Amino acid sequence: MNAQQEMVVNNGVNVEAILEARKALTDTPEAARFQWRATCDWVNGTHSRSKVDGFYGLGDEQRHHTEFRFDTDHPELLAAEDQGATPVEMVLVGLAGCLTAGIASVAQNRGIQLHSVRAILEGGMDLQGILGIDSDVRNGFDDIRVNFEIDAEATRDEINALVAQSQKRSAVFDIITNPTNVRVTVK
Amino acid sequence: MTSPLNQPVGSVRKAFETAASGTRSAVIIGAGHAGLAMSRCLSERSIGHVILERGEVANAWRHERWDSLRLLTPNWQCRLPGYAYNGSDPDGFMTMAEVTRFMDDYARFIDAPVQAGTTVTSVRCRGQEYQVVTDRGEWFCAAVVIATGAFNKPVVPVMSAEVPSSIKQLTPRDYRNPEQLPDGGVLVVGGSATGLQLADEIQRSGRSVTLSVGEHVRLPRVYRGRDIQWWMDAAGILDEGYDEINDLNRARHVPSPQLVGTPERRTLDLNALTARGVKLVSRLMAVSGNRTIFSGALSNHCALADLKMDRLLDRIDNWARAAGMDKTLPPSQRYPATEVGASPCLTLDLEKSGIRTILWATGFQPDYSWLDLPVLDRKGRIRHDGGVVDSQGIYVTGLPFMRRRKSSFIHGAEDDARELSCHLGNYLDCLSSGQKWSAAG
Repeated sequence: MNAQQEMVVNNGVNVEAILEARKALTDTPEAARFQWRATCDWVNGTHSRSKVDGFYGLGDEQRHHTEFRFDTDHPELLAAEDQGATPVEMVLVGLAGCLTAGIASVAQNRGIQLHSVRAILEGGMDLQGILGIDSDVRNGFDDIRVNFEIDAEATRDEINALVAQSQKRSAVFDIITNPTNVRVTVK
Repeated sequence: MTSPLNQPVGSVRKAFETAASGTRSAVIIGAGHAGLAMSRCLSERSIGHVILERGEVANAWRHERWDSLRLLTPNWQCRLPGYAYNGSDPDGFMTMAEVTRFMDDYARFIDAPVQAGTTVTSVRCRGQEYQVVTDRGEWFCAAVVIATGAFNKPVVPVMSAEVPSSIKQLTPRDYRNPEQLPDGGVLVVGGSATGLQLADEIQRSGRSVTLSVGEHVRLPRVYRGRDIQWWMDAAGILDEGYDEINDLNRARHVPSPQLVGTPERRTLDLNALTARGVKLVSRLMAVSGNRTIFSGALSNHCALADLKMDRLLDRIDNWARAAGMDKTLPPSQRYPATEVGASPCLTLDLEKSGIRTILWATGFQPDYSWLDLPVLDRKGRIRHDGGVVDSQGIYVTGLPFMRRRKSSFIHGAEDDARELSCHLGNYLDCLSSGQKWSAAG
């Protein structure tokens, strides 16, 4: 074992607990069924406020420590009041948060000390889609680019492997890259 | 009823060979390489047994593989207990006809008690014995070795039901050669050795191939002048044990590496295929009529495989250095990253893009529909500890990474068969002496 491996690596991730949970959920697959929730109220114009509070998991109702609120709106150049990030920017926020959490966890598990991780995300979109100008143009992103700047006690290949593994295990990466059935109903 | 123990072996056994029913210490199901290796090891221990084979020796190699297939392991590596390749082309790769001959010769060499044309329809527990029912009779035994292989039932995703009937669908078990396919484009789904080999030969036949790849394993055929299997063998990678691996479940389910056995020993990877005109798409996620949707994760699938290959080559280089071979070998090298392109295709209209055939190279799984024992997990996989199944006297062999990384290879059968036959022998001794059986794997 070399000196680097003997250093205590601390990225603030409790890997032991995660691995224990992994083992427990392998034996009790029904406890692994989670449901994530959000509620959203229209405020005015394109401005809405979403709240995240409860979720279901480990066979029971669960709560976050506090209720989290997120404002979404459109920018002024689209004739809106810019009271919050656009919903599509929230998608980028979700992807960034998920991949970065993955990198920290995988690094902890592999004994790699992180010093800094920054992700810069860009999502390309042709507004001719959502504005109904050209039906051949899709509404959503036509391309998403994520660029990581990572300072860590690791080689370039080890860092690349962290980033690749976090994509492989990322929920939001999967949600964005693969189709999901969406059912929208009205009460 | 006769005790299944202490049955006659050797020449006396001959008298039983034409019988379709009987009693033996052990019954081996399947006369492929794993079943034959086990037979040899049981014979060495004078354990009376019979091999029940639904078709002929090496049946899958003989009848269920495509025409151009050759082994992925070189000839010098082809060995079974007490027997090895001794031909003039140690670096070559056997065709299926050659593999079949090799297995036939081996079965004769070990005088294997094979009951050909006998399909097992049920294995049940009867007190301390097992009852093996076949379409020709039934056998009673104390131990059963399941050697039916890991690759008998093609896995086809449920979305195949959504494909329009105008498109021909087939699996590698039914595929023989490109001439069997309609003219026009072919979508090959699967990025393992099978998917790449079939994409390659179908593209060469003049049909334009689109290849859908998810996670895969990339390997060069020859590295620093030696076959990649030589390196894996020499560096001890193929001998890694199932108890030394930190994620065994994952190791047991990695796709087969992208390799082909050819006389030229060429490397077959995604870059070689795209250079030949094959169109690369990511994992197929959905089909609805003519519309297909592919995952947006192609570049990560390729990045993972490139990084994994480089880690293996690093390990090989380190081993070569430590073994003092660095000076005598060609220098180490790294290969160009897999080319994906800036915006891979995400949706394809099958009809508009001229695709007439879908070939599902999406893997195989074992078929245990005849096994009436509570030994399968919720995913239908057999529960075992290194081949020792969760039901006394039942063994399984030939599965990927069963006891070591090489377990599913022809040359991997020997070590596993030796250890499992030892375990099986101890179990029989224990039964016959009336002791309580408590040994763990």
